[in-house]
Amino acid sequence: MDSQTKIEIRDLNVFAGKTQILRNINIDIPKNKITVILGPSGCGKTTLLKCLNRLTDLYPELKVSGQIMIDGSNILVAKEDIYKLRQQMGLLSQRPYPLPMTIYNNIAYALKLRGIKNRRETHKLVMHYLQQANLWEEIRTRLREPASRLSIGQQQRLCLARGLAVNPEIILADEPTSALDPISSQFIEETFLKLKNDYTIVLVTHVLRQAKRIADNVVFMYLGDVIEQGSVEEVFGNPKMEKTKLYLGGTFN
Amino acid sequence: MTRGQKIEEKVFKSLMIFATYFILAILAIIIYSIFEKGIKSVSWEMLTQIPKGGYYYGKGGGILNAILGSLALATGASVLAFVIGLPVALYLNVFLIRHKKVIDVIRFLLDLVWGIPSIVYGAFGFSLMIFFGLQTSLLAGILTVTLFILPIMIRSMDEILRTVPVGLQEAAYSLGSNKSEIAFKIFTRQSFSGIITAVLLSFGRGIGDAAAVLFTAGYTDHLPNGLLEPVATLPLSIFFQLSSPVPEVQNRAYASALVLTLIILIVSLFSRGLGKRYHKTKINF
Amino acid sequence: MYLLNRKQRHAVNYTWMIISLLLVAFLPFLLFLGLYIKSVLLLDDYSLVDLIFSRTWKPSSGQFGFYPFIVGSVWVTLVAMLITAPVCLLTAIYVTQYTRKYFLRIMHPAIDILAGIPSVVYGLWGILVIVPFISQYLGPWMGVKTMGYSILAASFVLSIMIIPFVLNILIEIFRSIPMELKEAALSLGATQWQTIKHVLIKKALPGIIAAFGFGLARAFGETMAVLMVVGNVVRLPKSVFDPGYTLPALIANNYGEMMSIPKYDSALMFAALLLLAVSLFFNLVMHFFIVRYNKF
Repeated sequence: MDSQTKIEIRDLNVFAGKTQILRNINIDIPKNKITVILGPSGCGKTTLLKCLNRLTDLYPELKVSGQIMIDGSNILVAKEDIYKLRQQMGLLSQRPYPLPMTIYNNIAYALKLRGIKNRRETHKLVMHYLQQANLWEEIRTRLREPASRLSIGQQQRLCLARGLAVNPEIILADEPTSALDPISSQFIEETFLKLKNDYTIVLVTHVLRQAKRIADNVVFMYLGDVIEQGSVEEVFGNPKMEKTKLYLGGTFN
Repeated sequence: MTRGQKIEEKVFKSLMIFATYFILAILAIIIYSIFEKGIKSVSWEMLTQIPKGGYYYGKGGGILNAILGSLALATGASVLAFVIGLPVALYLNVFLIRHKKVIDVIRFLLDLVWGIPSIVYGAFGFSLMIFFGLQTSLLAGILTVTLFILPIMIRSMDEILRTVPVGLQEAAYSLGSNKSEIAFKIFTRQSFSGIITAVLLSFGRGIGDAAAVLFTAGYTDHLPNGLLEPVATLPLSIFFQLSSPVPEVQNRAYASALVLTLIILIVSLFSRGLGKRYHKTKINF
Repeated sequence: MYLLNRKQRHAVNYTWMIISLLLVAFLPFLLFLGLYIKSVLLLDDYSLVDLIFSRTWKPSSGQFGFYPFIVGSVWVTLVAMLITAPVCLLTAIYVTQYTRKYFLRIMHPAIDILAGIPSVVYGLWGILVIVPFISQYLGPWMGVKTMGYSILAASFVLSIMIIPFVLNILIEIFRSIPMELKEAALSLGATQWQTIKHVLIKKALPGIIAAFGFGLARAFGETMAVLMVVGNVVRLPKSVFDPGYTLPALIANNYGEMMSIPKYDSALMFAALLLLAVSLFFNLVMHFFIVRYNKF
């Protein structure tokens, strides 16, 4: 691998009661690249993402074992400062969930959690992150409105800005465009391409074309197993595994 | 996380645990004190006899009049409320299914009526009684309690009928059933145990309430023997026995309270059991 | 086999449904009308303001001042809510956010039982436990001389009675908040308590207010339990240790003699009308909150 590895996942197993959701997952996620986790729905992609920022802690029925190394330290160890850890990553979920506050405060709240209390700095940064998420021009006059009044596409970009506001190194995105119209999806994709210079992006999707458009690296998962992983050229151009070929051929999805 | 935040979370979490166990503890204390006081005075005689002369001064007898009276009254009211309530609940879920606005208005009215205190129903029942020239009687009591439990009955049935899958309804239409057949055959069968649960719930409400029957059912030391005769009820019998200065009679009030609580607990246990079964046999589409 | 053919049966069923529906739909108006007609006699002779704000209650000399009863009801209800509101909110948050699912399976039957216990039994428990506790321990400890039969006793019993009602609504509200909203806040690095404080409670606020409002309306009309422990003294209470009198208790206590004094029955029906108006008003307002909550 030519670039530095940001996240190393080793022998990750996740059980929900007796059913195994993830089986012996080993993935390397390179720094400042877009890694797409691809696969049909229900194959454990979302669970994998939730392991990365330990949202799995919320579900007591999930048992997680193995190692996830970020910059060389295992984040699955219980004593890891989970709040710091989560601030290393911005999360973008399937549907936008703006916090029940104004547009401005959605960003400002993230800043506050990061420890920024100075009003002027907050102001500057809110603007900065809204610009980064391609939203500023549209809503600059509406900052004091409740975030729930924005359109779904705008809400999703607001959530992206909010995710960036914790100053993360990694962006986790769980099918971020699945609820959006094509224009908003395109906005998000373009933003990702811009952001990958500064961030490591992990994107979960089941849309093949989206993966082709923006991925550097592809991980193909099926029913809790990693079937194949590698650069986008390798996986799409010359798939080695039968299941990958079938999936890319559109036989099942 | 700073120290202050940690302390704040700790404090609130302790408060939460305290509040939760406070509720459970209060429940335990209530059940315990009713049992502890009541069990001493419960006797076979008490359950099977009507009050004898001087009962309220400590002489012999029992509260059979009140037990049977309450059962008759609550049963009558539940049956009547069922006869009026089921068609309304069915109408909402079969006939009005396309008129979301109308359903919302009716549900809202029902919720409003549900919130009205039972003493208001009692007063209203009383003014109706005067209007129709009725005496305090089992019938007047049944009518009043019916009005009082009607919204409870309809809303609980409504909540259950709402869960009947659209697919089932469509399947029935495609077989050529008309709307009232779908309502009374398909919906009632699919939600049978849920409907029974709603009836039991209303029965429990009806049998426990005193304020609605205070004006309308009257009170008597005899067994109920006709719709137009006054009838004794358990809540009122508890109330009257408790107001007696004689300790022995007060003890009987505790025992009567135990009997009433047990009846209600048994009814609610039944309806919980049915509710569970209902969930198991529900068809999923 | 059937008495009627299919079409006729449909007609019968349909008519039956419509009649029942009309009865139910008009019930609130019927109640209002029925009570209003009965209280007209009183309203003809006295102005509404006089009735509500006059302090003298002497039915035998034609003086009907409802003020002491209204004040008593308000006191009892508000103090009860002061206990119920925090207890229910804390418990609802605890059982939905901090405990595993099986805990709710213990809580639900407990709540059901509390909801099922009849009013008279609550009153009896109040006499057995709460009244002596106040007169023998709490009163002396606070340096107050009290019979025990008091606003406080009524409030406490009442607060327990409405706990299941309020708690059920609150639990439903907290459970209806999507998991993803919680995840969104946590992924920003918020602690669980910060998430609850800044996000969940804010999201649920209209619903929480509505739950408290419904509880308040319910508490205001509660009769038997309050009547048994509140003391039933027509006087403006000066502290929670004083006895008082409430509107529902007024109706329930005097139904026996209401036909013997002129306009007495009319006065009691007016009290019922007041209760009805308060109940409808609160439920209407809270309905508005719930509607707003759903739109959030």
